[in-house]
Amino acid sequence: MQPFSYSRARTAAEAVEAIAAGGQGTRFLAGGTTLYDLMKLNVEAPRRVVDVSGLDELADFDTSGESELVFGALAKMSDVASDERLIRDYPALSESLWKAASQQLRNMASLGGNLLQRTRCAYFRFGEPFQCNKRKPGSGCAAIGGIDRGHALLGGSEHCIATYPGDWAVALAAFDAVVDVLGPKGRRSIPLQELHREPGDSPDIETTLAPDELILRIRVPATDAGRASTYHKIRDRESYAFALASAAVAVAFEDGAVSEARIAIGGLATRPWRAFEAERSLIGKPLTEEAAKAAGARALEGAKPGHHNAFRIELGARTVADALMIAKARA
Amino acid sequence: MEDQQPRPPAHRFGGELTRREVVAAAGAVPLAAMLPTAAAAQSHLAGRTGHNEATVTVRTVINGTPRHLELDPRASLLDVLREQLALTGAKKGCDHGQCGACTVHIDGRRVVSCLTPAVQTDGAEVTTIEGIAPDDQLHPMQQAFIDHDALQCGYCTPGQIMAAIACVQEGHATSREQIREYMSGNICRCGAYVGIVAAIEDAAPKMRRA
Repeated sequence: MQPFSYSRARTAAEAVEAIAAGGQGTRFLAGGTTLYDLMKLNVEAPRRVVDVSGLDELADFDTSGESELVFGALAKMSDVASDERLIRDYPALSESLWKAASQQLRNMASLGGNLLQRTRCAYFRFGEPFQCNKRKPGSGCAAIGGIDRGHALLGGSEHCIATYPGDWAVALAAFDAVVDVLGPKGRRSIPLQELHREPGDSPDIETTLAPDELILRIRVPATDAGRASTYHKIRDRESYAFALASAAVAVAFEDGAVSEARIAIGGLATRPWRAFEAERSLIGKPLTEEAAKAAGARALEGAKPGHHNAFRIELGARTVADALMIAKARA
Repeated sequence: MEDQQPRPPAHRFGGELTRREVVAAAGAVPLAAMLPTAAAAQSHLAGRTGHNEATVTVRTVINGTPRHLELDPRASLLDVLREQLALTGAKKGCDHGQCGACTVHIDGRRVVSCLTPAVQTDGAEVTTIEGIAPDDQLHPMQQAFIDHDALQCGYCTPGQIMAAIACVQEGHATSREQIREYMSGNICRCGAYVGIVAAIEDAAPKMRRA
C-alpha cells in the first residue's frame, strides 16, 4: 500500500477544507469497506486521506418526517436496516440494506459511502496483467470478450461493462431520492438518478460528484407506495453475495388498478437503473401475473448480452415480475 | 459474483511479497526482530515503499487494557492486534472482508478487523476472542462450540464465535433461519455450519440468562 498522510476532520466544513487543501490524490475515508479494501489491492492509491468517520453531525437519520425521510451520510447500514418505521413503511429500503454484505460490514459501512461503492469486476480489482479502462484509462477492457458472467447487460459501452454492485442506491433510485453534498463552492443537491454515470468513453469517472465534494445526507420523498414495496435480490447463494439480478419495486392501487409503480433494477447495469417504461406499462390496470411478466420483460429491453451473461436477461425480467407480485401482496 | 471469476496469476500484486515469502525470508532472525511493527510485518506493505512519513497516535482500550499506540496509518487493526500486540486469536483469512475470520467487536459491535484501519479505533473499545471471558473460564458460546462440535480445523472459529456472540446480542438469533442469515459473513471451509447453528441456538438462552 502506498504511504499516505492521514488526518481527521471534526466537521463537514473542515473536511471539505482539508480535501481542497490536499489537492489531487486526496480522498475521504468513512467506513473504509471499499476504499481501504482497494488500497490494499493498489487499485486506489491516495496520497492523503481525510477521515470523516467521526463527523457526528452526519451520523443520524430520521424516518418519522411527514414529507421526507432523511439519512445522514454516516449512518451505518445495519442501524438503518433495522429501523422499525423503515421496515414497516418502506420495506424495500430496509431490505436493500440488510440483503447487502454481512452484518460486520454493515456495522462499518456508511450510507453515503455505500452509494460510491466501486464495481466488483475482477479485472478492475485484481490489476495487471488485465486491461481496465476504469482502473487505467485507455488501457482497454478485459471484461469485453472475457469472463463476463457478472457483467452489465444495460448501460455498458465499448470501453466498460462493469456492473454497479450496490443495492441501496437501486432502492433509492426507485424512490426518487436526492443527495445533498457540500463542496468548496457550497451546498448543492443531486437527484440520486443523476449521481451515477454510465461509463461511456470515460469509465474512470463514475459519478457526477466532484472529487472535493462530500455527501452530507440522502433525502427520500415520502410516498404511500412505500408500504407495498420490496427489494428482491437473486444471488448465487442465498445470503452474502452480490446480485445476479435485483429489483426495487413499489406499487400503489386505486380501485384495484395500479395508480403508482416504481421499478429500479440492480446487478444488471452499469448504474442504478430505473425502468420507467415498465412502470408506465402497469398504470391504470390490475396487477396480474401476466402484466408483471410483461413489465419485467420491458425493464430488460435493450439488454446486450456478452459471452456468459445472457441468462441474466430472463432472470432479470423474472426478478422484476416476482418483485411486483411480492409488493402487491403487501398493499 | 464477479469475485468468483478466475483470478489472475500470483504475480498480480506487482513487486509485493506474499506473507509466506516474508516469513520465509525472515528465516533464523530472532522472533522479536520478526515482529517489529505492524507496518513492517503486514504482507501488502512489505514489498512496497518504506515507512509512512508520519505515524498517528491512537489511544484505545483493548480487552479492557488501555493502549497508547503509534501507528502507520496503513496498518489494519487485524495486523496491529496480531503482529504488534500478540493477540493472535483474530485470524487473517482473506484480508478483504470476505470471510469473517478476523471478526472482533468495536464498542460492542462486530466488525471485520482486516478492513478497519487501526487509526480509526482511537477512543474506541476493542474486544477480541482473548477478551470475552476470564482466563480460567469459557464464554457460554465457546462452550457451546465445543459441545456441538462446531469446528474441524478451527481456523475460522474465533471469528465465528465473535460474530455469534454479537448475533445473539443484536437479537438476531431467534431462529435457525435468522442465525444463518446473520452469520453468513463467516465462512467455514470445513463446512461445520450445522454444528455452528446448533451451538448458537444452544448458547443464546444461556447468554441471556448470564
